[in-house]
Amino acid sequence: MFKKILIANRGEIACRVIKTAKHMGIATVAVYSDADKDALHVEMADEAVHIGPPPAAQSYLVIDKIIEACKQTGAEAVHPGYGFLSERAAFAEALKKAGITFIGPNVHAIEAMGDKIESKKAAAAAKVSTVPGFLGVIEDAKHATKIADEIGYPVMIKASAGGGGKGMRIAHSKDEVADGFERAKSEAKSSFGDDRVFIEKFIVNPRHIEIQVLGDKHGNVIYLGERECSIQRRNQKVIEEAPSPLLDEATRKKMGEQAVALAKAVNYDTAGTVEFVAGQDRSFYFLEMNTRLQVEHPVTELITGIDLVEQMIRVAYGEKLSIKQSDVKLSGWAVESRIYAEDPYRGFLPSIGRLTRYRPPAEGKTGNATVRNDTGVYEGGEISLFYDPMIAKLVTHAPTRLEAIDAQAEALDEFVVDGVGHNIPFLAALMQHERWRSGALSTGFIAEEYPEGFKGVAPAGEIATVIASVAATLDLVMGERKRRISGQMMGRVVQRDRRRAVWLNAAEYPLEVFRKDDAVQVNFIANGEIARSVTLKSDWKPGMGLWKGTVGKEEVAVQVRPVANGFRLSFRGAQVIAYVYTETEANAAKLMPVKQSGDSGKIVKCPMPGLVVSIAVKEGQEVKAGDQLAIVEAMKMENVIRAERDATVKKVAVKAGDSLAVDAVILEFS
Amino acid sequence: MKEILEALETRRAEAKLGGGEKRIVAQHARGKLTARERIGLLLDKGSFEEFDTFVQHRATDFGMDKQKVPGDGVVTGWGTVNGRQVFVFAKDFTVFGGSLSEAHAQKITKIQDLALKTRAPIIGLFDAGGARIQEGVAALGGYGEVFRRNVIASGVIPQISVIMGPCAGGDVYSPAMTDFIFMVKDTSYMFVTGPEVVKTVTNETVTAEELGGARVHTTRSSVADGAFENDVECLLQMRRLIDFLPSSYEAGVPEWPSADDAERIEPSLDSLVPENPNKPYDIKELILKLADEADFFEIQESFAKNIVTGFGRVEGRTVGFVANQPMVLAGVLDSDASRKAARFVRFCDAFNIPIVTLVDVPGFLPGTAQEYGGLIKHGAKLLFAYSQATVPLVTVITRKAFGGAYDVMASKHIGGDVNYAWPTAQIAVMGAKGAVEIIFRADKDPAVIAERTKEYEQRFLSPFVAAERGYIDEVIEPHETRRRISRALAMLRTKQVEQPRKKHDNLPV
Repeated sequence: MFKKILIANRGEIACRVIKTAKHMGIATVAVYSDADKDALHVEMADEAVHIGPPPAAQSYLVIDKIIEACKQTGAEAVHPGYGFLSERAAFAEALKKAGITFIGPNVHAIEAMGDKIESKKAAAAAKVSTVPGFLGVIEDAKHATKIADEIGYPVMIKASAGGGGKGMRIAHSKDEVADGFERAKSEAKSSFGDDRVFIEKFIVNPRHIEIQVLGDKHGNVIYLGERECSIQRRNQKVIEEAPSPLLDEATRKKMGEQAVALAKAVNYDTAGTVEFVAGQDRSFYFLEMNTRLQVEHPVTELITGIDLVEQMIRVAYGEKLSIKQSDVKLSGWAVESRIYAEDPYRGFLPSIGRLTRYRPPAEGKTGNATVRNDTGVYEGGEISLFYDPMIAKLVTHAPTRLEAIDAQAEALDEFVVDGVGHNIPFLAALMQHERWRSGALSTGFIAEEYPEGFKGVAPAGEIATVIASVAATLDLVMGERKRRISGQMMGRVVQRDRRRAVWLNAAEYPLEVFRKDDAVQVNFIANGEIARSVTLKSDWKPGMGLWKGTVGKEEVAVQVRPVANGFRLSFRGAQVIAYVYTETEANAAKLMPVKQSGDSGKIVKCPMPGLVVSIAVKEGQEVKAGDQLAIVEAMKMENVIRAERDATVKKVAVKAGDSLAVDAVILEFS
Repeated sequence: MKEILEALETRRAEAKLGGGEKRIVAQHARGKLTARERIGLLLDKGSFEEFDTFVQHRATDFGMDKQKVPGDGVVTGWGTVNGRQVFVFAKDFTVFGGSLSEAHAQKITKIQDLALKTRAPIIGLFDAGGARIQEGVAALGGYGEVFRRNVIASGVIPQISVIMGPCAGGDVYSPAMTDFIFMVKDTSYMFVTGPEVVKTVTNETVTAEELGGARVHTTRSSVADGAFENDVECLLQMRRLIDFLPSSYEAGVPEWPSADDAERIEPSLDSLVPENPNKPYDIKELILKLADEADFFEIQESFAKNIVTGFGRVEGRTVGFVANQPMVLAGVLDSDASRKAARFVRFCDAFNIPIVTLVDVPGFLPGTAQEYGGLIKHGAKLLFAYSQATVPLVTVITRKAFGGAYDVMASKHIGGDVNYAWPTAQIAVMGAKGAVEIIFRADKDPAVIAERTKEYEQRFLSPFVAAERGYIDEVIEPHETRRRISRALAMLRTKQVEQPRKKHDNLPV
């Protein structure tokens, strides 16, 4: 076996590879840019080599620097992780020349699968199901209907030269094809000056399902079941699971065997993924092959019990696969959430900065659920603007899908992240989403269910009960301590009413809260009577960011952050400011004016930390809703700030080149 | 007898209505609570003992003899906050607009006297139109009586003023002489002369909000120490503040059982100070990780943000935190920051609250604006305040401590009891570039300069030169800072300092 390997990557995947290498007794070398000097992967590796300035193009993507690092440290092989150089044929080639083993596929396989058209051809040749269509010249409407009949409905008629939605028609019948063909043709002509169109099968409500394959250098390839990654936001996977709720055993086998056939056709010799688009009727069509370890590989590992990185290292060394297809047994269900430093309430804009608190849930098995957290960060570490703002991949495994989802929901509730915005509230809300829980997925899920973006979830039903009763308990505990302050008037006990009014946003929950034995009892009051009693147990103390305990019989974790006179509580995706008032306080609070965040319409604030690239308006200029006001660069992405309404610019507060904090004022309208 | 008792009840019920239902409704419509409602929120339930419910004014001019309302525009008395005794007066806007008459002033001075005698804090809730003009000089006399008592009580008992409506003319000077002023956003304003007079005299057109709203006084004038969204939030936060404050200068800080481990280790602090010495970081993260339960009551949060001041607790006992904020102007000391911190340090010293000072200061802010504005004297206020402080002073230098600002920020030399430095500390006269330019003025060769700069950095931009001389008691690891501070404060609890007798000092005001 290798004595020492180098990991040409950073973040969680570098840490994950190092873990397995350590387990196998292989020494590890990390590489790092200036921005990653104190990163976790550097800390975990036995050795670390500095490879340049923060931008990836000058460090992690420079092949020569990686090879130099290998030579310097005597690393015999390189694991590329995902992203960066993992699918660069030139990298594999260069390593080969330098006599260093690439822990990945052979150059030929990377090249064959790297090209979209080539890979489709190879797939078709290997008898892999591809999207049916006709790429030749279509003569007339009659020809078009004939083709459509062969493909089966619905079909998509699309301009060859087209892009976007222009010149695209969906036809569900013969008549619609004839009509759609003429229209698409004329639209294509007028839009692109090229009236050629083609016809392809249109997959309604498509799902993203992929097969994990694993091969060795001796011609063996097996498949390790599938993953479904239909929950995507703008083509970015958000939640992945294995197996897929759509597939049956027969389809799984069919997809698996086709994936293996394709892999064999290109002499695939490591871990790889064959991606398919699938219809709700379990029809499936080849999309592309990823010749690397996928981000979401842990879900496969949890249901198969196979360490994919270990297998990659072994086959790269030349070992024969020790697992046969018949050995592969899928057990239980695994769900993975990608936890990102991005603000779900601000259109998922990236959020960078220091992780002032980072306390992931405990890993390992409790009950029948397993929690795994793949991460590359630590408390006090930095999410930098140079790289992917991923914080962690939280994976749960349990015997059934719903149990795995519930375990995921609980783990998300316990995940403490402060200092940067993060998408945990969104992920937690998804875990409660009925459509997700029912498995009725499609790649359009997020766009369909959150057409206006994510606005948070208002607490209702049981979730509201838990939040309100936990809030009452927090207040009780803090109140008890306040009444133990020194210097009180002699012999006088401060009166305390059991009665409280808990406010969650605008909703009021009248209740009684008091100690009973070693627990706290909360009686919800409706119409002057006790409508429901809840018993809570917890060893929460003031200052703790997580309330863990039981509400009734249920074990729950609620995130607690203090705000003026109240708490910001998060539970199951609902995030709410809770006030616990006495009756006197509640009556007074009701008299308080509801303040419009009045200035907000007049002030344009910077939605994320970034650098002002340009200001498009001048003071005194009139702008229309939708007009460009400024461009702010963050995470190497230019974000256009637009006017939300018609207005006149009163004051421009910043200039190009300024670096802005989140919520910094960019300009004011009059 | 029963009839007599009933008659009392009737009179009391009338008095409690103040200016009557209609005016109460109008008060609510303005988003404000009545004086009695406010007291009800400030004090523990059922603890309020009212005085002078039936006091009326004695004026007769301008038909005032026909307009009398029991209470005369102010509600006074005492009660408890979490069981601790406090005195309170609340201006009643529904009665004569809360304006101050001779009788009204006497109600206030009566409880001022009692607060001083019994050594308990006093809180004034302001919502009033100023002097009752019909009474003329009698009202002015009343103000003077209140002012003088504010001054006598200063440094003996905490005095807090809460502005919850208009506060103008003579009314502003009593708050100005108390320890803290808090305001309610949008519904309160304070000024000596209102917009009409301003217009007449200077021809400036300005709104009450622009002239003296909460925003102006918390961000520009620094008259107010904080502002809150509404009456309820404000009064509940006042209860929180009172939990931090000693009842008097001799009562000692209040204490409650802390739920936080005094020896808590915070590994994340080891990476708080960035590699790059010019990169900022948020000093509030350090404060929140040092204080019990991350509970910090900030004073003057919106003013001179380059220095952070406020109350926290360590081992359940109140501590004042003063910290340079590298996030704002690199944490430099300017006139505003010096004045802000000086006043806070003096409050803590007056009431025997230990002070923890966190230092990352590149020096005093250069420039004509600062020098013309009297930076020398303003900076001296902070120096004076620290130098005269006899309370326990624990100082931690996290990064820069340059020049005179090093001395000022509770250094060993001016009375620091326990002075720690993180290994990232740079205690020097100035940064490397400036120092080399002066010391090696003759050298023009960039290579030589670079060499000298490196030498200077290695030798002086560290805590060890200071530690070698004992100016720093120990170089400590960031993650153990809370443990170090709590042990130092515990050791210093019995600190005694004798000062020479004098009438009083002469602070460079």
